[in-house]
Amino acid sequence: MEIIGSRRKSFLSPASDAAPTIPIYRSAPELEVRLEDFELYAVHRLRVLKGISDALSRGKKPNEMENVVKELLKVHMSHPEASQVMSKDIISHFVLRLVYCREEELRKWFLSMETTLFRYRFLLETSEAQIALMAEFDLPYKIITNAEYENLKDKLNKVARSMNSSADTIYYKAPFEKVPDLVARREVFIMKGYAYVARSQVVSLLVTHYRSHLSKALILTNRKWTSMIREQEKDRLTPIVEALSTSYLGPDYSQPKDFGEISLRDIDQIARSSFPLCMRYLFEKIKEDHHLKHGGRMQLGLFLKGVGLKLDDALAFWKSEFSKKVGAERFDKEYAYGIRHNYGKEGKRTDYTPYSCQKIISSTPGVGDHHGCPYRHLREENLRAALNNMGVANRALEDVMDKVRNKHYQLACTLTFEAVHGASCDQGINHPNQYYSDSKTILESRNNSKGT
Amino acid sequence: MVREEAENTREDMVIDGVENGHKPNYEIPDEFNSNYLKTYYDKFFPFAEMFKWMSYGNDRKHPGCDASYFGRREFSFTLENDIYMRFQSFNKAEELEKAIKYQCPFKIDIGPVYSVDPKKRNSYAQSGDNVFRPVERELVFDIDISDYDDVRFCCKGADVCSACWPLMTVAIKIIDTALREDFGFNHILWVYSGRRGVHCWVCDGKARWLDDGQRAAIVNYLHIHKGNEHSIKKVTLVGQTFHPFMGRSAEVVKEFFEEKFVLNQNLFSDEDRYEKILEMIPDESITSELRGKWQDKKRSRDDINVVRWGQLKHLLQSGKQKMLGVRRCVEEIMFTFTYPRLDLEVSKHMNHLLKAPFCIHPKTGRVCVPFDPKHCEDFDPSSVPTLSRVSSHNLQLLEELNMRPLGSGGEINLENTSLGESYRYFKSSFLQPLLKSCKEDIENAHAAKVQQSSNSLSW
Repeated sequence: MEIIGSRRKSFLSPASDAAPTIPIYRSAPELEVRLEDFELYAVHRLRVLKGISDALSRGKKPNEMENVVKELLKVHMSHPEASQVMSKDIISHFVLRLVYCREEELRKWFLSMETTLFRYRFLLETSEAQIALMAEFDLPYKIITNAEYENLKDKLNKVARSMNSSADTIYYKAPFEKVPDLVARREVFIMKGYAYVARSQVVSLLVTHYRSHLSKALILTNRKWTSMIREQEKDRLTPIVEALSTSYLGPDYSQPKDFGEISLRDIDQIARSSFPLCMRYLFEKIKEDHHLKHGGRMQLGLFLKGVGLKLDDALAFWKSEFSKKVGAERFDKEYAYGIRHNYGKEGKRTDYTPYSCQKIISSTPGVGDHHGCPYRHLREENLRAALNNMGVANRALEDVMDKVRNKHYQLACTLTFEAVHGASCDQGINHPNQYYSDSKTILESRNNSKGT
Repeated sequence: MVREEAENTREDMVIDGVENGHKPNYEIPDEFNSNYLKTYYDKFFPFAEMFKWMSYGNDRKHPGCDASYFGRREFSFTLENDIYMRFQSFNKAEELEKAIKYQCPFKIDIGPVYSVDPKKRNSYAQSGDNVFRPVERELVFDIDISDYDDVRFCCKGADVCSACWPLMTVAIKIIDTALREDFGFNHILWVYSGRRGVHCWVCDGKARWLDDGQRAAIVNYLHIHKGNEHSIKKVTLVGQTFHPFMGRSAEVVKEFFEEKFVLNQNLFSDEDRYEKILEMIPDESITSELRGKWQDKKRSRDDINVVRWGQLKHLLQSGKQKMLGVRRCVEEIMFTFTYPRLDLEVSKHMNHLLKAPFCIHPKTGRVCVPFDPKHCEDFDPSSVPTLSRVSSHNLQLLEELNMRPLGSGGEINLENTSLGESYRYFKSSFLQPLLKSCKEDIENAHAAKVQQSSNSLSW
């Protein structure tokens, strides 16, 4: 790929007039990319991958996932010029390879999401397109002969009926380890190390190969990155690449508009009714200790900015608490600057936007810290007590604790939201400010419907 | 032959502090004793065979052999006082033997083969290409009878008896058959864990190269019980028919449950016990009917457990029952009690350590012996050789013993001891075929490589 200046447009050689199919990204394409598109396309694709990640962690079933993926692609991966859609797809994939090749954790995540994306895109395709794709993969597995089929028919039918589905007539013979997901769910007949994969299940074989190829490609990309590209591009592409993997892509809540401003007077009451647990906890701690360490100041401070607390009110709030411990002068000297800095407009960088759940969950509070995600860090008794204080009890409480045990912290928060507000939250909680605005929405509409 | 020679040679020997002419005390209690352990490692532990096994054919002088292979395998020792030494590795058989004899570990665990010598792991970065990570590891299973505590009433915890041990037999049959017939593995070693369970080592090349995800897939294929400590581990079976693997397993489960288990465990003669079963039936009218029937303590000719199980089956499977869930209940009950219960984590991860065969179990003194799964029904844990019993055979062995080099001396000893049968089985039924297959694999791989490079050279 060649990254070029703004003027020239990128183009794809007009070979593919055929029905749109899925690229399998075997090699970097002969394309030119504008510098803005380099980052933009990658961000759009990242929204798709993060959307998939969200949906999976919310336990969406396979048939629901097909729709999720369809929607995500429609919203984020389209392009005003139809001929550019494929380019965008390919370019964004290869840019993200650069971004996500650099560490094991990043590679694992990227591999997992791209593989899932591929799986559902394949399932959304027409039969003809699927067959064409299979040919592109050029898998070394053969369809079983009629004789073999007759021998195994009984067993193959049993497997189909055990899944309450109908039997197929075309079966591929492949080593069992090429379809681990089918084996794990006993959805395939295996004999002497071979799995007999129905035509309708072939996506599992393709996914294994797709995954394996991408995995190797990521290792190679990483080598090239560290040995050559990172240094070569340090003034141009490298800063973009390094920022992309840590960015949160939902609304950034840096410009609160929906609920106007909140004033200091209201803050106590709002904290009780609409703050998520992480912010309630910090809020209570600062009231108690009249101090918060840096991590807590950032997490709560930016959240309050997102919620609509004006700079003057913010300064007044922090000063009133901190001066009880360190005195007004020290507050002005040492802490006020930080708060003003949070409110500064610093271009597009996301450091000064309120933290998303992802960021908060991955933070590592130390001794004396109260930030981070309480579902992750609080001991069980303390978490239970905190939730009780919010009004979450009995069955709802146990459901929340169950999610916590399984490390689904955002789901735990979602269930808490649902229990506290007596309403469902389908999209799940991804951002503390989202919790807040969803909460306000519900409470406002209740106030309005009460009339008078 | 045994007794006579013992008589003749007794006078001349000094054994463990017993003086000349003193009559040795044959009534050594079955127990674990670190002196006996030392003798065990000195005279009985089959170092040569263990080395050959762990080398997988790489200990020969073929150009395709990897001389670094054995040295990249992790061993771990647990010493007296629970001192734990991980990431032990050895380049040669002699080093392994020397270390074990010197340290006299109470337990030896075997880990994976790593990308580099485990001793040097800290010199390698944790990211990038040269990472220290497992590259080969046998597919292993660990089945422990205490995982069945909620469904056996004869024993609990570490105890095991002839009424509940057969649960292991069922597990071995089902898993061994699946590994061979379904997954196509051939080189499988089943080992008694020394007290209350069994281990399984699948040693085919293909098995050793499986990654964590593939191991998890195999484990999930075999796994049925859902539920945790808080809910009864009930099995739920869905689908109009069984997957062929389940169907095959169902036959083993049914035969054992109906012909032995209900009787051995007196499942229906005790109200607490049969209540547990009734809880699994989703139909109140059926359970109350059965309860009513069973209040009646009428004696019958046949065993009460068999009779009542028959009544339960009849009600659940009668033509009147339309709901599949109710009809399925019969199988669900049998599966809940007797289907194999695996320790999933042991099998899923390449870096999980597992106790080495031929170790001595510190709590029982028994040797962790390999055995033939085809005759697993005849395996009796209470007749497994113990350390002291093995040692009491020293009397005749010491005569024959001299300080021979590793391998030749050991062979003769073991064959004539109570360990003989297990040892012979290990060597001829497991090790020999495995090494033959490894030899072929190494030679073929090497030939292919040579062919490839000669192809690329010719223009």
